[in-house]
Amino acid sequence: MISLAGRDIMHAWGKFLFTGLGLGLLIGVTLSMAGIYRGMVDDAMALLDNSGADLWVVQKDTLGPYAEPSSLNDDLYRGLLGMPGVAGAANVTYLTMQVRRDGSDVRALVVGVVAGGPGEPGQPRQLVAGRQITRNHYEAVADLASGFKLGERLQIRRHQYTVVGLTKRMVSSSGDPMIFIPLRDAQEAQFLKDNDAIVQQRRRTGQNPGFNRPGVPGLLEAVIAAQSSNSSVNAVLVRVKPGHSGEEVAEPIRRWKRVQVYTRQQMEGILIGKLIATSARQIAMFLVILSVVSATIVAFIIYTMTMGKIREIAVLKLIGTRNRTIGGMILQQALALGTIGFVVGKIVATFWAPYFPKYVLLLPGDAVRGFVVVMVICTLASGLAIRAALKVDPAEAIGG
Amino acid sequence: MAEPMSSGIRIEGLRKVYGQGDTAVEALKGVEMVVAPGEVVGLVGPSGSGKSTLLKCLGAVIEPSGGRMILGDEVIYDEGWRIGDLRALRRDKIGFVFQAPYLIPFLNVTDNVALPPMLAGVANREARRRALELFAALDIGHRAQAMPSQLSGGEQQRVSIARALVNRPPVILADEPTAPLDSERALSVIRILNQMAQQYQTAVIVVTHDEKIIPTFKRIYHIRDGRTHEEAGEGRLLA
Repeated sequence: MISLAGRDIMHAWGKFLFTGLGLGLLIGVTLSMAGIYRGMVDDAMALLDNSGADLWVVQKDTLGPYAEPSSLNDDLYRGLLGMPGVAGAANVTYLTMQVRRDGSDVRALVVGVVAGGPGEPGQPRQLVAGRQITRNHYEAVADLASGFKLGERLQIRRHQYTVVGLTKRMVSSSGDPMIFIPLRDAQEAQFLKDNDAIVQQRRRTGQNPGFNRPGVPGLLEAVIAAQSSNSSVNAVLVRVKPGHSGEEVAEPIRRWKRVQVYTRQQMEGILIGKLIATSARQIAMFLVILSVVSATIVAFIIYTMTMGKIREIAVLKLIGTRNRTIGGMILQQALALGTIGFVVGKIVATFWAPYFPKYVLLLPGDAVRGFVVVMVICTLASGLAIRAALKVDPAEAIGG
Repeated sequence: MAEPMSSGIRIEGLRKVYGQGDTAVEALKGVEMVVAPGEVVGLVGPSGSGKSTLLKCLGAVIEPSGGRMILGDEVIYDEGWRIGDLRALRRDKIGFVFQAPYLIPFLNVTDNVALPPMLAGVANREARRRALELFAALDIGHRAQAMPSQLSGGEQQRVSIARALVNRPPVILADEPTAPLDSERALSVIRILNQMAQQYQTAVIVVTHDEKIIPTFKRIYHIRDGRTHEEAGEGRLLA
C-alpha cells in the first residue's frame, strides 16, 4: 500500500519543511527552557561539589550560607576540628557583589577562603591556570566565566587584587562566577564601612573620655582597632573523615545549640527546594505555556492542511478508502511535522545554548522526554483534523 | 485482455425524500432505469431535476427512501441496503468519473489509478500493472510517471476514467465528465467511455447538460421533477 502521508509530504516538502522549521524554533525555545532549569540545578550541585564540604555549620535557625545570611564567630572552627569524625574545617564567607574591572563591573560571588590551604574545604577547585591563593591579602582566583585573565587586577571595595589563578565551572547557585579572595580581605569587604562613617566613629570614640584616660596609653587605639576589624564568617565548611557519615558527625555538633548543621543532602534540599524553587516554577509555567502554544500551532497547521484537502479526502472516501487509512495519513503527517520540529528544535537549542548568559544544560534524558511529549502533543493536535476529515461526506466529490 | 462482465444496472421505482413532515421534499419519485453491460446512456435534465440525487443514490453515498437497485445479479438496495459494507461496494462495484478529474495531487498518475485496487488488497505490483494496461488502452502510457499537475485537462480526464475502470466495476457513474473540455476533447472522452464500456462490458451512466455530447448517446434518460423517461438518442458518435 502506498504511504499517502509520505507522498503528500514529499509533494509539498517545502511547505512542510518550513512549517517544521517554525515549529522547531518553538520546540527549541521549549528545550532551552528545560535546559535553563537543568543548568540552575547543575549550578547548585556544582556549588556544593566545589565547596569540598560534607557539612555546613551555620548560624542557628538560618538556612545559610547560600539561602540566608549567616554569621558565626571565626574561632568556631577550632572547636569543630576537635569533634570526632572531622577531618578538616575551614571558615568561609560569601558575598554577591559587583566586582569592578576597568570601568565596568562583573557580577560575582566573592568567596573568602583561608589562604594557603589547598585541599581544605572551600578552597577553589577546578583550577585551570595559575595557582591557589598563598598570601593573606590582595590575591584572587577568578572563574573563567567572570572574564578575568591571569595577572589582571580587579577591585573589591577599596582594595585592588591580582588574579593569580583561574577556575572553571565555579559558580553560585544563580550562575554567577566565583571570585576567591583571602578570608581577612573578604571579612573586611563584607562588613566594611565607608570612609566617612569610619572617620565619624573614630571622632566619636576619641571624644569619649572613657577611652581617652590619662595613664592608660594605647586604650583608644585598641578600641578603634577593635571597631575596625571583623571576626565573623558566614559558615564553617567541614570535611568528614573517611568511614564516617555526615549525619553521624553532624549529630554531636547539633547539640551545641548555637549552630545549625546541614549535611550535603539537606543543603541540596535547601538549594533546590527553596533557593531555585520559584525560578523552577516560573520555568515550569513557561514550559506548560509553550507546550500549549506548540499544540495549538500543530493543531492549526494540521487542521488547515487537512481542510485544504477536503475534496481529495471526499474522493478517497468515495473510491473506498477506509476512515482508518485517512486518519492514519493525517496522524502520520502530524507526527512527521513533530519529528521535523523536534530535530530542528534540538539542533537550534544545542547551537544557541552556549550563547545564553546562564548555563543551559541539555540532558539526553530531557531530549527523549521532550520527543515523547512532542509526539503526544502532535497526536492530540491531529485529533481535530482527523475528526474533520472523518466527517467529510464522500458525496462532496459528486457535484450538484 | 479484459474479461467480460455480465453486469449492468437496473433501477426500479427509486425514491428519495429529503426531510420529513411538512418540510419533506421528494427529489426522486420512482425512477426507472436499465443500463446493459457495455452500454453508455445519457442522463440529462435541468438543474434541480434530481440528477445529482440519483447519482448519489446510485453511488451508494446517500440512502434512497424506497425502490430497488440491482447491480449485475446482486440486489444492492430493496427498501433498504442489502449490502453491509457500502465502502467496499463503491470500491469494487462502482467507478466514478467527476466533472473535474479530482486526481490525488500528491500521487503520480500510475499511483492515482493503482490506488483503488491497492485499497481492495491487490498487491502493489499487480495494481500498477492494471493501471499501465489501462493507460495503454487510453493512449496515455507515456504519461504514467507524470504528476496530475503536469497533465492537460483531457489527459487528466482520461486518467480519471482509468481510475474508474481499474477495479473492473459493473457500472461507471460519470458526472458531467466533459464540462471543462472543448468540443473535440469532450467528444474524445465520450468516445473513450464507449470504447471502454464495450471493452470491459461496463454499464456507463453519463450525467450531462453538455449539448455537444447529447447526440452521441444511443439512449437518453430525461429526468424532470424526480421522474425519468427514456428516449432514443442519435448515437451519432458511434455511427
